[in-house]
Amino acid sequence: MLSKRIIPCLDVRDGKLTKGIKFKGNVDIGDPVQMAEFYYQEGADELVFYDITASHEARNIMLEVVRRVAERIFIPFSVGGGLRSVEDMRAVLLAGAEKVSVNSAAVNNPQIIAEGAQAFGSQCVVLGMDVLKVPVSEKIPSGYEMVIHGGRKHMGIDALWWAQEAERLGAGEICLNSIDADGTQEGYEMTLTALISSHVSIPVIASGGAGEPEHLAAVLTEGKADAALIASMTHYGHYSVAQIKDYLSERGIQVRRYW
Amino acid sequence: MIAIIDYDAGNLTSVERALRSLGAECAISRDADFIAAAERVILPGVGRAGAGMASLRRLGLDQVLAQTVAAGKPLLGICFGTQIIFDFSEEDLTDCLGLMPGRVVRFPVEHRDAAGQPLKVPHMGWNGLQVKRPHPVLAGLPSEAEFYFVHSFYPVPGQDSFVIGTTDYGFSFASAVARGSLVAVQFHPEKSGRPGLRLLQNFLSWDGKEGGDAL
Repeated sequence: MLSKRIIPCLDVRDGKLTKGIKFKGNVDIGDPVQMAEFYYQEGADELVFYDITASHEARNIMLEVVRRVAERIFIPFSVGGGLRSVEDMRAVLLAGAEKVSVNSAAVNNPQIIAEGAQAFGSQCVVLGMDVLKVPVSEKIPSGYEMVIHGGRKHMGIDALWWAQEAERLGAGEICLNSIDADGTQEGYEMTLTALISSHVSIPVIASGGAGEPEHLAAVLTEGKADAALIASMTHYGHYSVAQIKDYLSERGIQVRRYW
Repeated sequence: MIAIIDYDAGNLTSVERALRSLGAECAISRDADFIAAAERVILPGVGRAGAGMASLRRLGLDQVLAQTVAAGKPLLGICFGTQIIFDFSEEDLTDCLGLMPGRVVRFPVEHRDAAGQPLKVPHMGWNGLQVKRPHPVLAGLPSEAEFYFVHSFYPVPGQDSFVIGTTDYGFSFASAVARGSLVAVQFHPEKSGRPGLRLLQNFLSWDGKEGGDAL
């Protein structure tokens, strides 16, 4: 039986983690490579790196991080943030990432999904979606709208329509982030996740709002998510990946227990 | 020296990196002479059956692979590299290498589990392996070990005796197969953590014989 995946997300700027991560005696770890290795040993099923580097020149630093991570961990990981072309994707994949994630670049230029899937296969192309709850309208019939720039710019695109369109274009997976839930640590956006997941045939990773193991249990069952992204709840040592998996397993949710 | 076959089937560097971490000498190659001279061969890959087979034939590697198996040299298929060892794939309706009798078919479009819940296709993520027949390459893997899968098509071997391991996704399918010096897995051992590395390590020290309970 397929296991539900638990995926820590690491934000990287100029080759360093944006938030120091504290574990084991509160040691502050800013090195993404060490942190990736820690999560690999801890039983994470996959990792997501999000590069928030502002300048284009600093992108080579990220590629070096990707290369070093790929030498040390033997589970899949994806890299997103600022990828605008098939060439950008190729560089990240050749450096050793399993998948690339495109978000605002795909909203602005949907063909990048098709081009990426054609060049590298759908399984390499993850569509990142930032979504905001809005009143139902003719333009946004699902009541969920695509946004970019952390929610500051509304795109006038219905999130459900976009998810299905991206699947048609060749996306292999969706990482679905609720801007409303993001950072609250009060739980994932359940309605949104169930809506999108039940209307596409590709896997959906729920993102935004995780604070307690029960949030993961909910989104992986009622929320119909195939995987759950986590950040603060494990970065600061409140929980370990193993603790979360124990909790899920006790509730009958299939997770990978041996690593 | 281990040859990792390059036939334009996706990114092969992760296989190379995993083998290097185990101290193996390996090289990604599309050179027929180099592959023929290698001590053992890995056929990895992600891609489509039509394009993959066309590349192998263009490079003359279909012949090299047939000779590899005929000579009893260890050959490991991974993921898409496993699918093309069979006679035929439903993907692009492609005649494949025919190194093992059988065919490759797609998961149903409306795939469901035993309880009637819809299952996503591709089958993506970690899943178990039920060992059906002991094999040196599967030695030492704990029963709870899981492996990383990404695929929409799966093998249907022509004989049950080829199946050394199965995986459940709505139904049970052959996720590990073997015949003589050929062994092939539908999952990605290079992305499957410690159990995956153990499987690769087993392959590196395998003499190409099936062991006590051979065919």
